[in-house]
Parts: sequence; C-alpha cells; structure tokens
Amino acid sequence: MAGMRKKLGAVVIGLATMSLTLTACGGGGSDSSGGGGGSDGDAIDTSTATGEVNYWLWDSNQLPAYQKCADAFHTANPNVTVKISQFAWDDYWNKLTNGFVAGDAPDVFTDHLSKFGEFANQDQLVDLDPTLAKDGINVNQYQPGLADLWKSQDGKRYGLPKDFDTIGLFYNKKYVDDAGIKESDLANLAWNPQDGGTYEKVIAHLTMDTSGRRGDEPGFDKSKVKVYGLGLDGNSGGPNGQTQWSMYTGSTSPAWTATDKNPWGTHYNFDQPQFQTTITWFKSLIDKGYMPSVAAVTGQTESTIFGAGKYAMVTNGSWSTNALFDTKGIETGLAPTPIGPSGKRSSMYNGLADSIWIGSKNKPAAAKWVEYLASPDCQNIVGDAAIVFPAIPSATDKAIAAWKAKGIDVTPFTNQVTDKTTFLFPITDHASEIYNLMLPALDNVLSGKADVSSLTEVNNQINQLFQ
Amino acid sequence: MSAATADVATGTNASGAGATQGAGRRPRRSDLGVALLFILPALFGFVVFYLYPTFRGIYFSLTRYNVLGKPHFIGFGNYTKLFADPLFWNAMKVTVEYVVLNIVFQTILAVAIGVLMQRLTKSTAVRAVILLPFLISNVIAALLWFLMLDFQVGIINEMLAGLGLDRVTFFGGDATAIPTIAAVNVWRHMGYTALLVFAGLQTIPDYVYEAAAVDGSTEWRSFWRITLPLLRPILALVLVITVTGSFQIFDTVSVTTRGGPGSATRVIQYYIIQKGFQEGQFGYASAVSMILFIILAIIAVVQLRLLRAGESDLS
Repeated sequence: MAGMRKKLGAVVIGLATMSLTLTACGGGGSDSSGGGGGSDGDAIDTSTATGEVNYWLWDSNQLPAYQKCADAFHTANPNVTVKISQFAWDDYWNKLTNGFVAGDAPDVFTDHLSKFGEFANQDQLVDLDPTLAKDGINVNQYQPGLADLWKSQDGKRYGLPKDFDTIGLFYNKKYVDDAGIKESDLANLAWNPQDGGTYEKVIAHLTMDTSGRRGDEPGFDKSKVKVYGLGLDGNSGGPNGQTQWSMYTGSTSPAWTATDKNPWGTHYNFDQPQFQTTITWFKSLIDKGYMPSVAAVTGQTESTIFGAGKYAMVTNGSWSTNALFDTKGIETGLAPTPIGPSGKRSSMYNGLADSIWIGSKNKPAAAKWVEYLASPDCQNIVGDAAIVFPAIPSATDKAIAAWKAKGIDVTPFTNQVTDKTTFLFPITDHASEIYNLMLPALDNVLSGKADVSSLTEVNNQINQLFQ
Repeated sequence: MSAATADVATGTNASGAGATQGAGRRPRRSDLGVALLFILPALFGFVVFYLYPTFRGIYFSLTRYNVLGKPHFIGFGNYTKLFADPLFWNAMKVTVEYVVLNIVFQTILAVAIGVLMQRLTKSTAVRAVILLPFLISNVIAALLWFLMLDFQVGIINEMLAGLGLDRVTFFGGDATAIPTIAAVNVWRHMGYTALLVFAGLQTIPDYVYEAAAVDGSTEWRSFWRITLPLLRPILALVLVITVTGSFQIFDTVSVTTRGGPGSATRVIQYYIIQKGFQEGQFGYASAVSMILFIILAIIAVVQLRLLRAGESDLS
C-alpha cells in the first residue's frame, strides 16, 4: 500500500512537472488570425478616418518627437487620436508577434528591414500602394533607394520610410589630442586587410596599457590594456556586422556584398576570400590588444564603455550620435569610416518605416497616420529634434542644421549618402534563423575557437535554407 | 509554479493519510460529491491552464507551425531533426552543466544555512536578511551582477586590476560564463531554499537531539546521523522543485549574455524561445519542450524514488 502510494505520488508530481515545463511554451490556441480587413488589395478610404490609432516604436529617444507629431496630427484631424506605446527592442518583436496571434497588435508600428519580409510572407501587413496612389502620395520624395526597400518580393509595398542611418567613426577628442593626432587626419584614414593601413596605425597609437605604453611602442602589455584604440559593439555582429565590420567588408576590392542581390537575395557570400581576409584582419586587432575580445564585451552597450573612457574610437550608427556625444566628462568627435582597398569609404545604409497591421480594426485612421508620419509635416518635427535623419531630404537637412546648432557636425554620416558610398542592409528570407546561425559562428572565429574558413561551412548551411 | 508542485505533493500525502484513517469507517457516498465540488475550481484551472496547453504542445511538436499560419502535421519530423541538431545538444550540455553547478552549491549552502539557523538562532531578523536576495527581482539581480562583473567597467574587475591581478571575463568567457550565471542564481535562491530546509528542520523533534546529546554525540555526528536522514522527505521535495526550476533557467541568460559568446550560454529554454518566438518555428520549439519535459519527468520520478519522498523515518 505504501509502495503504491509512493508511486502514485511520484506520478502526480511528474504530471505537475510536465505541465509546468510544457505550458511555458504551449502557445495560445488560435486559428490563422489576420482576417480583419481582408480587402488588402484595395485602397483604404482615408477620408473617413476617425477614432483611435495604436502606434508602437522601440526607441525611447524618439518618443518625444513622435508624440509631437501625434499632437500635431490630432490638431489637424480632431477626429483621430494616436496612442503611442514604446517597448525596448528586445521585447518589441516578441510582443508584436504575440499581438499578431492574439489579435491585439497595434494598428501601426515601426518596422525594421530585417523583420518585414517574414511579416509580409505571413500576410500580416497591409499593401500600401493602392491607398498611396489614391491619396496622391509621392513615394519618390525620400532619400534615394529608401522607399523601394519596403517592396516585398511580390512587388507590394509594406512600409513608408521614416528615417535612415549610416555608420561613422566616433572618437574621444582628449585621447586623440594626447596622442598627437590631428582631428583632420582622422577624416582621411585608409585601411587594408594586409597591414591595416593608416587606420590601424592610428588605432595602435591610441591604444594604451596601464603603464602608459602605447600599442605601437615596444613593451606594450596587451593583457593590461587601459584604453582600447577601437571598441567592439557587444558581439561579432552576426551576418550583417552593421556597427562592427560592415564598413570594411563594404570597401574591399574586389567588392564584396553579403548576398547575390539585395533586397531578396537567395545566396550568401560568407565563403568569399575578400570577406574572410577582412574578418581575419579584424580579428588581428583583438589579437594585438587594440580591440577588446568578444568575451570582454558580451552583452555590453558600446556607448556605455565609450562613456567610461575605455575606448579611443568606436564605429557606430548615426542613431547613437546623441548617446555618444551627451556623455558627461567626455568630448566626442565624429569622422567618416575609413577608405578601403576599393578607393572609397563605405557605410551600411539602413532605414525604418511604418507599417499597418492587416488585423487593424481602424484602417482608415491607420493609413492616414502612416501618410502623416511619412510626410514633411511630421519628418520636419523629427528633424528639428536632432535624433535621427528623417527620410525626406529637406527634413534631413533640418536634422543636420539642428545638430549643427548643438555643435555637432553630422555630415560624415550624410556624405556617405550624397557621395553614394552606401550599400543596403541585406534583406533576405530566414533573417532570424541566419542571424542565430552566423552570430555564434562569427563569435567563435573572433575568439580564436574556430578558423575563419569554418564560415564556409556555415555559409553552406545558410544557403541550404533557400533550397 | 513551485507552489503548484508543493500543493500536489502535500495533496498526495493528505489523501494518503485520509485513506488510512478512513479504513475503519464505512465509506459515505455523500462525501464524494462534496469533495468533487471542492476540487472543481482547482481542477478547472489545472485543465484549462495546464492540461489543455500540454496536449496542444504535444500536438504542435508533431507539426510545422509558425503561429500565424495553420499547423501542418509532419509526424516525428521535428524529433528526427532535433536529434541531428548540434545546437540542441549543445544547449542540453550547457543546461546540464548549469543545473549541476547550481543545484550542488545551492543545496549545500542552503542546508548549511538552514541547520545553522536551527541550531544557533531563531531570530526572525536573521531569517529576513537571508531571504533578502530572493526578494530582488531576478532580472534586477542579474543586471546588477552583470554590471559589477563587467570586464571593463565592473567594480569587481576594477578591484582585481587594482590589486595587480588579471581581469576576468566572468560573463563572457567560455569557461566562466555558465559558472558565473550559476553563482548569481545560487546567491539569489539559497536563502529561499534555506528557509524551506529550515521549515523541514522544525519537524524534527528536539528530544531526538537531546537523546543524542545524552549519548555523547557531537553536533557534527548529529547532523549526519539525525538531521540529514530525517530531513530527507523535505530535501526530496526541495530538490524536485529546484532541479525543475534550474533546468528552466532563462531570465538571467536573457538579460545578460543572450546565449553568447558563441553558444556558450545558449541554455535549452533560451533555445526554445529563439526557435519559437524569434525564428517562428513553433513546432520545432514545442518538440524541444517535449524533450525537456520527458527529461524532467524522469528526473523527478527517479529523485523521488531514490529519496523515498513519501516516507519519513520519524514514525
């Protein structure tokens, strides 16, 4: 009897344990949602816009400017109220996916190039073209190339551009002065994958160990680095290396691109020699003690470490300008990315857009709000706030002027666009899966746990996803 | 979560006791109706929130499903894929490594603290202080430790550097990441576990210790010969709860290393979330969940058998 009871007890506890573990990922029971509007091939009648629109974004720095837009929008359209919610990047996408399933996703949300393809494939977004055509919205009013990024493989348009970003070289003015380097010199650095060129020379000279010896001096102790010449942003950068290495791989000779075509490529090129030699050079900066290891920066935010005076220079995006310039006690400068073997600089060119969820119960107001967000009225407000570069050129100029008024020259970012030295963020299917394959693989290469040639095998795995 | 397990466990014991008591009486049918009525609310919750999702999870594990579309039945496809998936096996390895470190140190420390509290002081103030880390939210605790242990700006590494020692990549190093995460969670949970142990110790009557003292037993000997054997049923329960919880480590990883560097801290729950919510492969994620469930169920049953949780040596 006692034995029997014991067994029963064990089984009951086992059952309870089972439920505890399984329900963690049970997922809600829902049939294919979406439904809602249904008539996504047709134009939405924005003239009947009324009621409330829910709008999501992830960048808290941008919230005040967009709240101003929402207020101005409400003044112009008293029948419509926009309710803005902000969630940090890491929660944002999970919440959004859950919202799609549960049927309470926002009417309009800020969308990212790496995500919208999957959403479009799953029929979660409204095709904007018919509505834009009906309302006479000019999709060519944005910085060149931005609007077409949001066309899916089926030719439908799922977002209207709101802003763009490029990459620049931020530096600590004091460290640069102390090293006897002229700021004007930083604007003309050149790198190559063999010896790193003048770029590596500057990085080496800016690196300093705890006894004050510089990275290019004899006796430099790379195990006791006080200031790294160049920072590393959180990890190896995965398949795009946007703030880590994309400015180098984009200026190789022969030219390297991540995919066979962009957007919607179906073949990745991580097996090509230009890419692998560039990564080998990039890793050598870690080995020489000029740049921190992946282990040292795991999970970090680069701007925090720059703010603590541990980095002389960092490569980062225009969206980080205020974070890097507003640090107390540190005077920051901005230079363009270095010139590569191709003879040109290079910067990844990425942009955000606003999309309408297919399940929105208030599509007329949602469409009206998206049109407003993508109009000069709102983008000028955002430009004046000097937080990001709005997608409309005249509003971009306003942002440049607003930053200039704060004493910051942001033209190293915008010149990349005017000089046509940008390349687009690679957009393909299977984006998250590719990220989760490439990130650990490249982490391991930069940590010296795997040879750079191991990326060829990872590249094969990635390309198999498209078979 | 743990409360549910505890309820079920005590529920079993109570019904067992009832059965022995009622053996002499004639069973009355009306009792059954009332009993069912009382069980009904709990049963409803169990079915809706545990049983139904569980079976749905089992079903999803046999499908290709991205949440937004309809699930396609693919039989055991996810399972065959899973057994050939190096990331899954790595996740299992990393998780087991974490569980072993976490449970071993947490249990030893908790028993030590519990016994010290029992034998030295009954002060509620001390008990409150010991419980303090548990009252801090998991995420806050993880972030604070992450900041303090940062390679470049963390206070602990600044101290190491100040002493002329080499800095340590606590969260970022291959060899140190999992032990660091385990240590943070030992720090947070040992007080709570110690309190459970302490509660268990209250059930051991003082006369046993007095008798031992009369026979000339030392504290050390009493601990091994009296405390530990009589604590066994409680320890079994504590272990089932903590091992189950430990296998589901997620929050600390999610707010610190995010599975990196490489795959060094990609624990099984993090892998499930990555596959399910980031990559939209809910069928595959459900299959991994199923494997985790089977492992936990086996561990729970084996543990309870080995530790004879249903019996006490007191009676």
